[in-house]
Amino acid sequence: MLGGMAVIEAEELRRTYKTTTGVIRRKALTVDAVRGVSFSVESGELFGLLGPNGAGKTTTIKMLITLLLPSSGSARVLGYDVVDDAREVRRRIGYVFGGERGLYERLSAYDNLRYFAELYGVPAREQRHRIDELLELVGLKGREKERVEGYSRGMRQRLHIARGLLHDPDVVFLDEPTIGVDPVGARDLRATIAGLVEGGKTVLLTTHYMFEADALCDRIAVIAKGEIVAQGTPRELKDRVAEGRVVEVEVFGGAEEHVAAVRGLGGVRGVSVEEREQAQVLVVQTEVGAEPTHAILSRLDGVSVGRVSSREPTLEDAYVQLVGEA
Amino acid sequence: MRRTLRLLGVGWLLQMKMASVSAFEGLLNVLWSLFFATVAFFMFSPDALLYASLGAAVMGIWGATSTSAGSAMQRERRHGTLELLVAAPVDFALVLLPTTIALATVGIYSMVATLVWGRLLFGIELTIEHPLLFALAIPATIVSIGALGFLMAVSFVRYRRAWALGNMFEYPVWLVCGFLVPLSLFPGWVRPISWVLAPTWGVTAIRESALGGESLPDIAMCLGLGSLYVLVGVLVLDRMLDAARARAVLALT
Repeated sequence: MLGGMAVIEAEELRRTYKTTTGVIRRKALTVDAVRGVSFSVESGELFGLLGPNGAGKTTTIKMLITLLLPSSGSARVLGYDVVDDAREVRRRIGYVFGGERGLYERLSAYDNLRYFAELYGVPAREQRHRIDELLELVGLKGREKERVEGYSRGMRQRLHIARGLLHDPDVVFLDEPTIGVDPVGARDLRATIAGLVEGGKTVLLTTHYMFEADALCDRIAVIAKGEIVAQGTPRELKDRVAEGRVVEVEVFGGAEEHVAAVRGLGGVRGVSVEEREQAQVLVVQTEVGAEPTHAILSRLDGVSVGRVSSREPTLEDAYVQLVGEA
Repeated sequence: MRRTLRLLGVGWLLQMKMASVSAFEGLLNVLWSLFFATVAFFMFSPDALLYASLGAAVMGIWGATSTSAGSAMQRERRHGTLELLVAAPVDFALVLLPTTIALATVGIYSMVATLVWGRLLFGIELTIEHPLLFALAIPATIVSIGALGFLMAVSFVRYRRAWALGNMFEYPVWLVCGFLVPLSLFPGWVRPISWVLAPTWGVTAIRESALGGESLPDIAMCLGLGSLYVLVGVLVLDRMLDAARARAVLALT
């Protein structure tokens, strides 16, 4: 282990994509997916990259794992440059992404692991033991001879994790590993992820699930529109909005139309709308000492209003504010 | 070295497993080649049927490789495994080569079916004058066709739509390599194209060893060209991968 040193270092990382629109009159477009991202992750840390879809999380992670060349800037993993020493980086990292893809459907879980064990240079005499150990870890022991095409999403995700750990990497990159997994399966996966850090691994996790980041991460970087808008521990990020309260107003229809009117009120720092079953909820972040509840309700004239409540801010509120400001 | 051979072997075995899972796909490969073999049998006079049968058999190997190499890369992209293969710390050539050789090996099904079909329906006796050389010529042809597939697959890493070219090459190669029609019937300018294609030498080696000619030089040429394809593929592969990483096409389907 490399106690105390930065295991992952990103410095002013940028990545642009070139694309085209139209068929006959083609027009070239340049999209700035990541715009000067800098952060570092210490040894043994679980670092979260938190951001909405399209914020640049996956692009950042793909540059760090050497699948994409940065347009500018630099990054090092365990001291190795991700462009110049790509193979050294690859030897030492594990990469797991969420979703259904990334496995050979026609092969059994065991054959999938066996193939990747070869690709990652796990010595032949250790492979069986290592695969058995990982199958046990992710709870797939006894199902390893079945073809992956018959696996549930949760089982596939667990198999992904086993694959990413075959060569016992020092650093593990997890790109939205619990996406689409049922709540119980996701909880098991989070326990597995927490276990990795307890075992001494450094983990970089991307997610857009707030509670996941809050529960797992030592530090978080919030990324929006390709830029890091805040960095810190979950507590520090919450403290950014902790100096006020959050008023939640349940409305039945028409919430979006009233957002601008509520945002213009004195004492209001931010407004967002959440869908909750039949109702929508206006989530209003307020300034310290402000009591805008009556004013908010008066702006909702003509709208059917349900429950009104006030609470302490959460990490999600901090996130919504940070992303909204970006 | 031992680890490299093991990686090639495991890659080949697992690709074979994947290719052999679907009985329908296997049947399609066999029926497809039987259709063309039947046409070939009707084209030739009775005394040249063994010649036609062997050519049609190699057609099956080439057909399995040329079309499947592209679709195999597309499958890797669709399944999201291409990125994982590229992200592995081994030479990508060692990942790609067993894949295309496995595809060529699957062509053996078509080859055997073609020879059995010729025997049962057209009474073509498979009399082999030099069994040892015949046994050498077949794997040499498979490996060199796999190597040609590898060279094609290298471009598919960077150019994701290039698989369409793989399909397009299927029929011209049948012709210019002399699978069906003797090369002597083609205009002179076609010859150099035939000579640089390993299947030309492979099918000649198989025919010569079966019919009693001198096949060793053809086997050597076949393997030599196969090695050249691998060498060229390896030399350009890193550039193709860098271009794919720069243009972000690895994850695209």
